[in-house]
Amino acid sequence: MVQVRSGRDGAGAGTIVTSDGRIVTNAHVARRGRLEVVLQDGRRVDATLEAAEPRLDLALLNVGVSGLPAIPLGSSAKLRSGELVLSLGHPWGVEGGATLGVVIGVGADLPENPQPWRELVAVSLHLRPGHSGGPLVDTRGRLIGINTMMAGPEVGLAVPADAVDRFLQANSPRAHARRAAA
Amino acid sequence: MGTVLSELSAAMAALVELAGESIVRVEGRRGRPASGIVWSAGGEIVTANHVVSREEGLVVGLPGGDKIEARLLGRDPAADIAVLRASATGLKTPAWLPVEEARVGHLVLALGRPGRTVQATLGVISALGGEWRTPEGSLVERYLQTDVVMYPGFSGGPLLGADGRVIGLNTSGLARGVSLSLPAATLQRVVPMLLAHGHIRRGYLGIGAQPVRLPEDIAGQLGQETGVLLMSVEPGGPAASAGLTLGDTLVGLEGAPIRHMDDLMAALGGDRIGQPLAARVLRGGKLQEMRVTAGERP
Repeated sequence: MVQVRSGRDGAGAGTIVTSDGRIVTNAHVARRGRLEVVLQDGRRVDATLEAAEPRLDLALLNVGVSGLPAIPLGSSAKLRSGELVLSLGHPWGVEGGATLGVVIGVGADLPENPQPWRELVAVSLHLRPGHSGGPLVDTRGRLIGINTMMAGPEVGLAVPADAVDRFLQANSPRAHARRAAA
Repeated sequence: MGTVLSELSAAMAALVELAGESIVRVEGRRGRPASGIVWSAGGEIVTANHVVSREEGLVVGLPGGDKIEARLLGRDPAADIAVLRASATGLKTPAWLPVEEARVGHLVLALGRPGRTVQATLGVISALGGEWRTPEGSLVERYLQTDVVMYPGFSGGPLLGADGRVIGLNTSGLARGVSLSLPAATLQRVVPMLLAHGHIRRGYLGIGAQPVRLPEDIAGQLGQETGVLLMSVEPGGPAASAGLTLGDTLVGLEGAPIRHMDDLMAALGGDRIGQPLAARVLRGGKLQEMRVTAGERP
């Protein structure tokens, strides 16, 4: 996990998805201006925005650094209600914070889902400013979602890992090449 | 991460999945479905009364996904319990946990099915008390409070203990801001009455009353500080027919002290309907014994 700084706005979180420097965060974290990423070891590196999908609230950054610890991708379709999950981020600017909860449900017909057309993971934990773009992980440390927002005072919502995976597939260098060739 | 956490996580998810087979969706109010628990394999469903605002057009969503019509069999608004019958058979009933086995600090899961799938959240039992009366006067065997967040549509769903048995029925309809559950013992007493009569039969005197402090000598004589002062007496009602009148202070019924409204409600259970009761009344500074025949509360 990394910190993502964008313009003069506060910092959000980011999740390293490939060891060669690709980082997923929320589209609302990487809105505009110069993007800077603070790695776990304290290095500050510039990031370029490779893709953004505001409808999913996902953005893909590239910091061009290799040898990074990428998170293994889990499956959100296999998530079960009542499973333990951890949300990581920088709540209120606290670096590397973790909070524990359970999966309330996965899907579109969730309590207080403000966007009922959209599949989300609902978790019983509190997401704070600074959690956005950070990973939601299962008890084996696999990515099952990207923290995105709170719905009401008590429901944390995350973009499901399966949607993150499709977003990554659609924006992989090979996909770009295919699109360019077509 | 350690396997201990993974095992705990998997165990909780398995409990939710198993108990989910006994949880249905209850569509009994506009736009806001809630949850219910299978009471009998033959289609009886227990839920929270406040989520069943209409009497017709009730629909139950089964764990398998089927939506079927349901009929209201009875309700007890004071206890926030309603019983429905869904035209289904072969439903799976849950195992119930006697509340005596529950302890403060025990891990619990609150489950609901406001949508198609079962939903869950985790918490602990935060308070366990004795018998209490709901704001509308219904008796509940134990006070059972948790710190689980009652998400929209979780009312009527079960509170699950760590062994997967159901400790009670969750409702946000009895108190604001605290998560309460009705223990199995209360359901096991109330539901059969609702199945038999459609409502909870309660005795009735036809009076409006409020607690008042008794004169010192009377208080000393009776061993109680307060009684209930009759503020209104329904003409032709049981109390009026017995000669009770405005300004009388009722201090006892069938030998039990009447100190406040809770005492009065406790003394007027369904078994008292039609029975002549010995009423002890303070009138003009003197205690009198009168006989009043309880009616049934409409």
